[in-house]
Amino acid sequence: MTHPRGPRPTQITVARIGLYAFLISAALFFAVPLYVMIVTSLKTMDEIRLGQIFALPLHLDFTAWKTAWAGACAGSECTGVRMGFLNSVKITVPAVVISVLIGAINGYALSFWRPKAGRLMFGLLMAGALVPYQIFLYPLVRAMAVMGFYNSLGGIILVHVLFGLPLVTLLFRNYFVTIPEELFKAARVDGAGFWRIFFEIMLPMALPMIVVASMFQFTGIWNDFLLGVVFAGRDNLPMTVQLNNIVNTTMGERNYNVNMAATILTAIIPLAIYFLSGRWFVRGIAAGAVKG
Amino acid sequence: MKRKHNRSKAALIALIPTWAAVVVVYLGTMVWSVTLSFTNSRLFPSWNFVGFEQYSKLFQTAKWLVSFQNLIIFGVLYVFGCLFVGFLLAAALDRKVRFESAFRTIFLYPYAMSFVVTGLIWQWMMNPTLGIQASVRALGWQGFTFDWIINRDLAIYAVVIAALWQGAGLVMILVLAGMRGIDGEQWRAARIDGIPVWRTYVSIILPQLTPAFAAAGMLLSMGVIKTYDIVVALTNGGPGSATEVPAKFIMDNLFQRQNLGLATAAATVLLLTVLIIVTPFRYAQHIRARRQAGTL
Repeated sequence: MTHPRGPRPTQITVARIGLYAFLISAALFFAVPLYVMIVTSLKTMDEIRLGQIFALPLHLDFTAWKTAWAGACAGSECTGVRMGFLNSVKITVPAVVISVLIGAINGYALSFWRPKAGRLMFGLLMAGALVPYQIFLYPLVRAMAVMGFYNSLGGIILVHVLFGLPLVTLLFRNYFVTIPEELFKAARVDGAGFWRIFFEIMLPMALPMIVVASMFQFTGIWNDFLLGVVFAGRDNLPMTVQLNNIVNTTMGERNYNVNMAATILTAIIPLAIYFLSGRWFVRGIAAGAVKG
Repeated sequence: MKRKHNRSKAALIALIPTWAAVVVVYLGTMVWSVTLSFTNSRLFPSWNFVGFEQYSKLFQTAKWLVSFQNLIIFGVLYVFGCLFVGFLLAAALDRKVRFESAFRTIFLYPYAMSFVVTGLIWQWMMNPTLGIQASVRALGWQGFTFDWIINRDLAIYAVVIAALWQGAGLVMILVLAGMRGIDGEQWRAARIDGIPVWRTYVSIILPQLTPAFAAAGMLLSMGVIKTYDIVVALTNGGPGSATEVPAKFIMDNLFQRQNLGLATAAATVLLLTVLIIVTPFRYAQHIRARRQAGTL
């Protein structure tokens, strides 16, 4: 993101005050929910029953966090979000690696080699990205059940790769188009083939896009709920699904502090990626949003 | 500059997995689903074709009608709400403010979180007995009510608030990037002519942001069609069926009510809705591309 031009205005005017008043109230609207989550997770249930959602906790109490991690119940199972966290890692990491690799190959092949019907494939892929998942679900469930993939770790990874293809292909295609073709031609003249050019020249050059695409895919797959519910199976439920089960299926009084701690734990990885990567994240959004 | 075809078997082979995904997974399942919508399948697929029976049944199902109505209310408010708020935020940040990057970070972070997390946060904030309502009442304002989430008539607007909180930052980022791409000379010219700032935004800047708004509007609309997670987490469709949405209706009928024919008919209607939304966007893009290429 480029910076605003010109010197900073120094005069204090009514308009400036109004501007900052607007920005600060907007910032409160966006920041307060995170603040509320954090303070709620540090309170005891007695304190929560006082009904002062914005108040700071009287003293720091991390028991809710421990329960959320390892003891909170979803139905009859009381194992917290720990298993979900591990499952999410086991699902997300391979799915990101595989989809980014395939996306890079696709983008490279489409922009330099121009294989037969490449444009058609790309067009179909982009159109497919717009179709609601519900159209695909039932046949996919049946087909995967027949092949023995349904309700397995491999199955859910495969589904994420399949539905991640449009975005990663788009990102890499748009990236490779900006690389001068002379480079490719020179390599061709030197006798390098499809794979050699890919691994030795193009993949190293695509490092910035690899980072952006991985980050994008990582947050997307980590945050998925729908595909996890349908394809993961009981043993591989991702964290988002477990979280929802913990919060929305508990009997009796809800432990709001535990719920909020579990929610923060689920959000922490994408939030960390967002806060640590800063403008890479913004670049990824901009690149992914402006579809060709 | 047109690149020549570089014939290579390796390139064709490398695209086989993606071709397979496109043909089998994208096209194949779509045809399968649409075909099922013309049968009377219940738990298992049957090949007993009944024409448009499932469709006429669908549009006589109260829950579907509510879902579809909710989709329209939610979609319009969410998309235009996000575009409006996002534009205001971007315009404010474009005024050479201090701590711009801090503000930007705060406005965008919700977008990094899942809809499930968003739904659960707002479920807690909007809890009438312990959330915002209770807190404001404790301050002495006894008549304050904010119980949208348990109110049949207002619950869908509670979903809009939560979704807007999650999505407005995305518009801000796209629009701000668009604004930074506009020539600064225009601002200077407007200032010399004595045109007020707001007027410059509305008449000069806004028209140039069409591509940014189109991209944002498109992304948000696709999100609307897919709306499922946030409703499941925030209200689970309730109270009653006040916040049911088509995606949830389809899921319930596919996997819980064993109503395969009805569910696939609903999915097909959803697909047609997408086409209706996408076609004008695509057409506008096409026209713009041709205009840029000088062929129109």
